[in-house]
Amino acid sequence: MIKAILIFNNHGKPRLIRFYQYFTEDMQQQIIRETFHLVSKRDDNVCNFLEGGSLIGGSDYKLIYRHYATLYFVFCVDSSESELGILDLIQVSCCSFEVFVETLDKCFENVCELDLIFHMDKVHYILQEVVMGGMVLETNMNEIVAQVEVQNRMEKSEGGLSAAPARAVSAVKNMNLPEIPRNINIGDINIKVPSLSPF
Amino acid sequence: MSDVVEKTLTALPSLLSLDSQPGSAKLSSTAKLGNLIRGITELTSKHEEEKLIQHELASIKEQVSSPNTTMRQMRELMVRAVYCEMLGYEASFSYIHAIKLAQQGNVLEKRVGYLAVSLFLNESHELLLLLVNTVLKDLQSTNLIEVCMALTVVCQIFPKDMIPVILPIVEEKLNHPKEIIRRKAVLALHKFYLIAPNQVQHIHNKFRKALCDKDPGVMTASLHIYLQLIQENAEAYKDLTASFVTILKQVVGGKLPMDFNYHSVPAPWLQIQLLRILSLLGKNDQRTSEVMYEVLDESLRRAEMNHNITYAILYECVKCVYTIHPKSELLEKAAKCIGNFVLSPKINLKYLGLKALTYVVQQDPKLALQHQMTIIECLDHSDVIIKRETLELLFRITNAQNVTVIVEKMLDFLRLSKDDHMTIDIVGKVAELAEKYPFKHYSTMNAVFSLGGDMMQPEIPNGFLKLLSEGFDSEEEDRKLRLFAVSSYISLLQGEPSKLPQRFLQVICWVLGEYSFLKEDLEPSVVLGLLTKLLDMKSSSSETKSWVLVAMTKLCWSEAAVSEAQQVAETYSSSFDTTLRQRAQELQHLSRDSQLHSRVLPPGGRLEPDEVVDSSLSFLDGFVSEALSAGAAPYKPLHQRQEELSRSKVLSLEPYGLSLPISTSSCSITDRQSPTLLSTSSGLSGDGTDFSHRGSSTTLRLDGVKRVWGREGYLAQKKPVEEVAQVEVPSPLRSPSQQGDANSCRSKTPTPTANPECDQEKQQLASSLFGGLSSQSSVCLISGAAKMVNIQRFRRKAKGQRSSSTTNEQRANPTVSSASAVDNLLCNNLLEADTEPINSSAKQTFQHPHSLSVANGACDAEAILTDGDPKERNQPLSSEDFVEADDSPPREDQERSKDSCLTPHLPAELSGFSHSEIIPLCSSQSLDLSACHVQTDNSVVLVVFITNTSEDANLQIQVFCVCESPVEEVRGRSVSVRQYSLTVKMPLVHFELVGMLSYSIPAGMPQAMMQFSYKLPLTSFIRPLTVSTEEYGSMWLAFSHDTKQNLTLIKEEREPLTATLNALNKKLSLHVVEIIGVEGLVACSLLQDQPCLMHCRVHAGRLAVWLRSPVPDLPDCLLYHCQRALQEP
Repeated sequence: MIKAILIFNNHGKPRLIRFYQYFTEDMQQQIIRETFHLVSKRDDNVCNFLEGGSLIGGSDYKLIYRHYATLYFVFCVDSSESELGILDLIQVSCCSFEVFVETLDKCFENVCELDLIFHMDKVHYILQEVVMGGMVLETNMNEIVAQVEVQNRMEKSEGGLSAAPARAVSAVKNMNLPEIPRNINIGDINIKVPSLSPF
Repeated sequence: MSDVVEKTLTALPSLLSLDSQPGSAKLSSTAKLGNLIRGITELTSKHEEEKLIQHELASIKEQVSSPNTTMRQMRELMVRAVYCEMLGYEASFSYIHAIKLAQQGNVLEKRVGYLAVSLFLNESHELLLLLVNTVLKDLQSTNLIEVCMALTVVCQIFPKDMIPVILPIVEEKLNHPKEIIRRKAVLALHKFYLIAPNQVQHIHNKFRKALCDKDPGVMTASLHIYLQLIQENAEAYKDLTASFVTILKQVVGGKLPMDFNYHSVPAPWLQIQLLRILSLLGKNDQRTSEVMYEVLDESLRRAEMNHNITYAILYECVKCVYTIHPKSELLEKAAKCIGNFVLSPKINLKYLGLKALTYVVQQDPKLALQHQMTIIECLDHSDVIIKRETLELLFRITNAQNVTVIVEKMLDFLRLSKDDHMTIDIVGKVAELAEKYPFKHYSTMNAVFSLGGDMMQPEIPNGFLKLLSEGFDSEEEDRKLRLFAVSSYISLLQGEPSKLPQRFLQVICWVLGEYSFLKEDLEPSVVLGLLTKLLDMKSSSSETKSWVLVAMTKLCWSEAAVSEAQQVAETYSSSFDTTLRQRAQELQHLSRDSQLHSRVLPPGGRLEPDEVVDSSLSFLDGFVSEALSAGAAPYKPLHQRQEELSRSKVLSLEPYGLSLPISTSSCSITDRQSPTLLSTSSGLSGDGTDFSHRGSSTTLRLDGVKRVWGREGYLAQKKPVEEVAQVEVPSPLRSPSQQGDANSCRSKTPTPTANPECDQEKQQLASSLFGGLSSQSSVCLISGAAKMVNIQRFRRKAKGQRSSSTTNEQRANPTVSSASAVDNLLCNNLLEADTEPINSSAKQTFQHPHSLSVANGACDAEAILTDGDPKERNQPLSSEDFVEADDSPPREDQERSKDSCLTPHLPAELSGFSHSEIIPLCSSQSLDLSACHVQTDNSVVLVVFITNTSEDANLQIQVFCVCESPVEEVRGRSVSVRQYSLTVKMPLVHFELVGMLSYSIPAGMPQAMMQFSYKLPLTSFIRPLTVSTEEYGSMWLAFSHDTKQNLTLIKEEREPLTATLNALNKKLSLHVVEIIGVEGLVACSLLQDQPCLMHCRVHAGRLAVWLRSPVPDLPDCLLYHCQRALQEP
């Protein structure tokens, strides 16, 4: 289970925090500080895993982080998560956000800290699609972006979920991504169970 | 990095100017946030930031409480409040507004509201209750986005007590046409399972359904639940192994749509999850493991090393291979994979490689030998994490030969370590090693104590002291060691004690107090002097000081010491610290009275180890009985107290009038039983393997490992080769022993997979995977010879009994198709009617040939019943198979009412009992069938009236109710009455009796058939049970199946409880045993012999009922009727 997602910058200023387990407000700030302390003194050429600090739960917990330019993305997880899996999940979340930002009217070349602050709420929505209640919900970038897009478009029209993916598609099309969101071809998923295993 | 900052800063003004364009509310909202952010980035000190944020919060506060603020503005204010909270400033005034926004806003505003709520509040926050209604409303909304948002917030935070309110709706969402909603609903249920497993116990089969969902996304989500469930109790899910293997096979084989690919790897996260589940399932279980060998092999083969994520899969795969029952071929491949990890230049992979090695060396130490060069390199790696992991690995391969070097390395690490968490961990490891390999124990422990400081776990000094006082084998050696300890500690104290950690000082105090007499040339007063110095030290904690005082108390047996001790005692006897004062008093008294001192603390006489502790506290028996007789409440164990506490605290659970008749105690029973089974068996086997590993590791000679550490450099490849050869011997030795373990384990635990019958279920499950479940659910109501249809709980049967009955069926009649097998099983559970021709005057003619097929079917069903019966004994209920023929003598019942009135009448002997209305069941041109049931004292009699309306013809009829009745004849314009006495085999909310009537007009003509069904509620079988309160009490404790629920009270001014219970008495004929204040005791029984007790309690305007019965399902079913009875006006 993912216990917390912390994003802070090189100076330890929190940019986004999301806890999936309850900690008091003070504790949260302490955890951010401790995590920053642990992560910031590590070079970029060391491994991306850390044993959890003493605050967030001891040896069963791991910190898995990525350092992008001015930002640290830290996932605090317990032993039931795969280290490399989470590492790529961070990548997915970031890419989703990047794609998402690019679908907005303003154009940035890549995600920078500023995008994150200005669209803090939207980052939360994206994370909500990726991780729900501490569990990985979706790992497909297109799907994640499409879901958030659908919600955003609600403002302009009350078109509903059914109409929206198409728009989301058109929005992400120029990104050279496989363009069809998954929920369109639900019907022809060709997975079939062989008749019987001889067990 | 710097150019990014630059870019950020240059982007800022343009962004802000863009945002401040007039006319767009959206932009201006970000502008305000932008202003705030810009303000903060410009600041230089924490203090200024604080001021700015306080100012900001004040303005937010003002705006949110202003009535003129629009929802849209509110949205923007919330984001700002969230931002402030994130920075660590409390904005509690906005919590309520966040909830309001979620309640009242449109979709977008709701979204912000929910987000803010989930960030602000926690699960136990009281304001959260206000959100329940909103969530409930949104869950039922037709707008999918609202449903999604509600499910998300439920997953994030939801009050535990309120789960029953939304549970049915969330369950419903599992059938939603949109996969995203199904997926979120599954995760919400997972969350419920995590925080309140009891509440979702009855929907475990829904998890199965989610696993079989046609959308892989939903299936993936359900794996979260299964991982959890299997972690808790793997034994119960072994039957799913084949399904998981099948899924993995398909995923690995690329059967999923391209969308699931990530860097051209098919659904990697799904694969990881499945591999974890498989490793849990296959642990210590050869049979299960065998099922997965093939797919594991495939996974290892398919994963091409091109991307991080393939390594992630490989890592899980390797771990799985080493966790399950070993297969040498796979182990070899996995070992090669580990090599790839360890030797990888990528540091993350190296880390995982070390982790994998750590995991693996316990089984196969030779792998560590292969990679010793790498391990050595890692030990000097610049990354502490890698270093630590290496130490962890070394810790696992420590033996008597290499322990010194390894401990030395660990201490080196400790000297450099600045991280508390790691220090604690490593200190623990060193202490463990020092205890295991006791040579140089004391010097090591001294290092541990001084390096570990005050962070180490308290067990370490305690363990050390225990070891010291209990000693080793030889008396002489003990003495030497203690002496050594005393002198080394004295010299430490003479040095700079203020630098030593408190824990270490405490240890020193104890040792000096106990053993300083061993050093003969040491005057106790000298020791006392040193100890007094400790007392005067500013850095000493009061805990240390009390240790010092205790040590002094032990020491003050010489003249000189006494005077010094008394001085100290005087100073501290007025201390503010009560513990210190206590110790000082002890010291004072004992130092004054040397006789007492020598009795309490005999000089040189050591601990009396033989003090017997009476853990049963039997010496208190007299006290307890006295107190009890004086009217004290008897002791309740902790769990009982907690239960009562939670009952009294619990909130009223269904404020919205949702009824929840479903909560199967039957499920909980199987669940309750199996974990114990499991835990004993797995405990046994786990110990076994552990032991064998330990055994093998001690027989190994890893001298090479030791030599490698030598200063002159690494002793390279020659040695290892030899060692490999040596080491290979024990490994085959190990595997048979392990196999033995597995075997014994298997024989001890009844594995469900062992039954070939389960194959059927698996087959069915597998075939239904992704294929939808449509065929299964339609099976419920089928024509058959005669059956009671279980309306409510088809699933329960499906789970528990399908397999056995199906095979029985097949034994009986191998040609029967599986569908009919399921049909027939329905006959199993329910009512069986033994018919008795009541009309003796009817002509007993020949058996009609056309009836044969059906008759055979009926007999078949009966055959199955008797066949399957022994197997079903484990159902505690009703050994007899239902309806037994009433042995009432045949009587005249063709009431030939002279006046053409064909209204059916009850037979005279039944007329005294209460009976239901006579309802028509079916009719044809010449025949009417109607029925009613009569509740006699000890049974329920089903009375079927067959009315021949035609004038002329006589009918020949035959009724099948499981078994055929003899053919009889009903004359024209007459009524034939049949009675069937019903008993219950398994309680259900409603019973449905299905029968078939075949008749021919006139006798001898081709037959016509008529099907009929009759429904009767459980309440017809309920009889009041007259017991005394004492009897009730003893019965209550004896019953194991229970259920709890809150019901509505009947509204009445004075005595709502009495009124409610009277209503229950009247409607359901429950016996009210006693009413005590706000509590009421009610008893009833299912017919004569299956009691059910109900405990009612008025709480917060609701009636909290708790039903108990020895019969599974009975409490649930009865509860349903109680609920209904109270809801009806």
